Amino acid sequence: MIETKHVDFYYSGFHALKDISMRMEARTVTALIGPSGCGKSTFLRLFNRMNDLIDDTRVSGECLIDGEDIYHKSVAVDELRKRVGMVFQKPNPFPKSIFENVAYGLRVNDVRDKSFIACRVEASLRAAALWGEVKDKLRESAFALSGGQQQRLCIARALAVSPSVLLMDEPASALDPISTSKIEELIADLKRDYTIVIVTHNMQQAARVSDKTGFFMMGELVEFGETRMIFSDPVNEQTRNYVNGRFG
Amino acid sequence: MKWSRRFVERIIEGLFTLSGGVTSLIILLVVLFLFREGAGLFTSPSLEKGYTLCVHASNLTGEIDAREVKRIFDGEITRWEEVGAGEMTGEIDVFHASELPRVEDEAVMPRVLEEIVGGRRGIIAFLPDEFLPAGESVVKRLAAGRVTPGDFFAGDEWQPTVSPAPRLGVLPLVTGTLLVSFFAIILALVPGLGVAIYLAELAGSRARGWLKPAIELLAGIPSVVYGFFGLVVLVPFIQEVFDLPVGESALAGSVVLAIMALPTIITIAEDAIRGVPRALREASLALGATRWQTIYRVVIPRASSGITAAAVLGIGRAVGETMAVLMVTGNAAVMPRSLFEPVRTIPATIAAELGEAPSGGTHYRALFLLGCILFAITMVINLSAEFIATRGQGKGEGA
Ligand SMILES: Nc1ncnc2c1ncn2[C@@H]1O[C@H](COP(=O)(O)OP(=O)(O)O)[C@@H](O)[C@H]1O
Ligand SMILES: [Mg+2]
Repeated sequence: MIETKHVDFYYSGFHALKDISMRMEARTVTALIGPSGCGKSTFLRLFNRMNDLIDDTRVSGECLIDGEDIYHKSVAVDELRKRVGMVFQKPNPFPKSIFENVAYGLRVNDVRDKSFIACRVEASLRAAALWGEVKDKLRESAFALSGGQQQRLCIARALAVSPSVLLMDEPASALDPISTSKIEELIADLKRDYTIVIVTHNMQQAARVSDKTGFFMMGELVEFGETRMIFSDPVNEQTRNYVNGRFG
Repeated sequence: MKWSRRFVERIIEGLFTLSGGVTSLIILLVVLFLFREGAGLFTSPSLEKGYTLCVHASNLTGEIDAREVKRIFDGEITRWEEVGAGEMTGEIDVFHASELPRVEDEAVMPRVLEEIVGGRRGIIAFLPDEFLPAGESVVKRLAAGRVTPGDFFAGDEWQPTVSPAPRLGVLPLVTGTLLVSFFAIILALVPGLGVAIYLAELAGSRARGWLKPAIELLAGIPSVVYGFFGLVVLVPFIQEVFDLPVGESALAGSVVLAIMALPTIITIAEDAIRGVPRALREASLALGATRWQTIYRVVIPRASSGITAAAVLGIGRAVGETMAVLMVTGNAAVMPRSLFEPVRTIPATIAAELGEAPSGGTHYRALFLLGCILFAITMVINLSAEFIATRGQGKGEGA
């Protein structure tokens, strides 16, 4: 379960997130929608503390994962990132073999047991619905795969370290429709085991894959609720305009 | 209006094309000049210019090669049986032009020579051409050997000014150059990479703000200044620490070159590291890798071709460097056996000797051919750097 309480976020002088309080239940898919630059990615990157990489930023309020404040001093960021996996907008496999891409998270975790690694790699590739396509070419470069396959490889890579949360930042925006629908099917599968937060530009996609949807605008969470409600009968006028495409 | 603008653009275009053409032409001319001057070496006599080797007319020896001449005059060969096809026997009686008596009237010199040679059957005499007696004489000229490519490229002695037969073997110089440059890179690579990684990955904007200009400044310091530094600081230090008779050594050259190659290595390696897409770093960090794990498992492997190119270009810089090396290596043109002995590099040799070598002479030609060798070495280095860099680009860019 992920929860934020009155979170504000600043890029030096710029107030990018304003007083966001939100609760995402375990094993659900939450979609974040809203016009470009409204703070969706910033919000998503709070949960694996990727925003820490940017100089001169500041968070206030509380960010809890399974009840633990992840911005507390005692939290080791690299440990947190093993529990909270991330899939990026553009597939970004390492310039390594398919196998090594998936094994990477284990290796940096000092896992040395070869058979265990092989096991995890296979399981992760199966979970990412990629095993059948790559099982005979695990030693080949990841760049030999198509864009859609690369993105599923990146999902497998994130799954290999056994996270409980999966953050996805527009994971299908660089893909063709067939690859996109594969990723969407995959999300529906992964929901059984992972808490998923997905940023998307695509209204239909949000409607198809998510249980709950949050609509952001200019750093504020305008409306958050059951996906069905957000798309059929939103409370807020701005939300209605946005989901009906009369906006941004 | 429109017409005149098009006309001006034409002219500007023409100027650019012209300057490109002129530059290429100049480069071509320099190379051609270098090779033309150098190529004459193998048709040059191996003896000092203006002199001829002579023997007694009864001596049947036909030709003596340059190496034998040197050994005879060095006293290493003392009997005629050891040279040529053994046409002659007995002690070799060496006579050098510097032993000629002073005479008032130079017209009598040919007679003096005839007397000297006529009286000594076993003589081998190194005599000035201008005084050799004309026509039938007891003074018999030996055919002068030519400098052979074997002597030049495989010779291990570089003594271009010994009389009567200079030795022009380039191996000590080539070896010296490669040794000094190679160790320079070994010394420069670790700190260079360290600084590059620090600058690209770790340094805050403040540290970068003063370190970058400092490194650029390092690149701008004239090499004589590095030479001074090496001479005054490094050479005594090396002498002290390694307890050497002299501190001027290959090691001193390598250290100075390493410092001089640092800016090249740092700048190019830093560019390569910065060129690694941010997305790869984020992917690694997002999997729980630490910053250092990310650097050595993802960033450096991805930047490796650029880093290799940095090292190779650093070598290129070192190989051609002249002044600083000339000042600190001791300049002994002998085959280097260790880092702690004086050595002589190709550029240092050219710089030191070209002024004394008579234009058009054997020595002069040999120096130009050395220049060609240097040119070839740096060209190979630059081409391989380019090859490595372009091969690296293909890797990791989609297909
Ligand atoms: N590194 C950064 N430094 C400063 N401002 C940033 C940075 N990243 C994003 N922003 C600003 O924060 C706002 C939210 O950005 P982002 O979270 O990327 O929006 P979204 O993902 O919804 O398109 C934007 O106005 C953007 O300009
Ligand atoms: Mg975004």
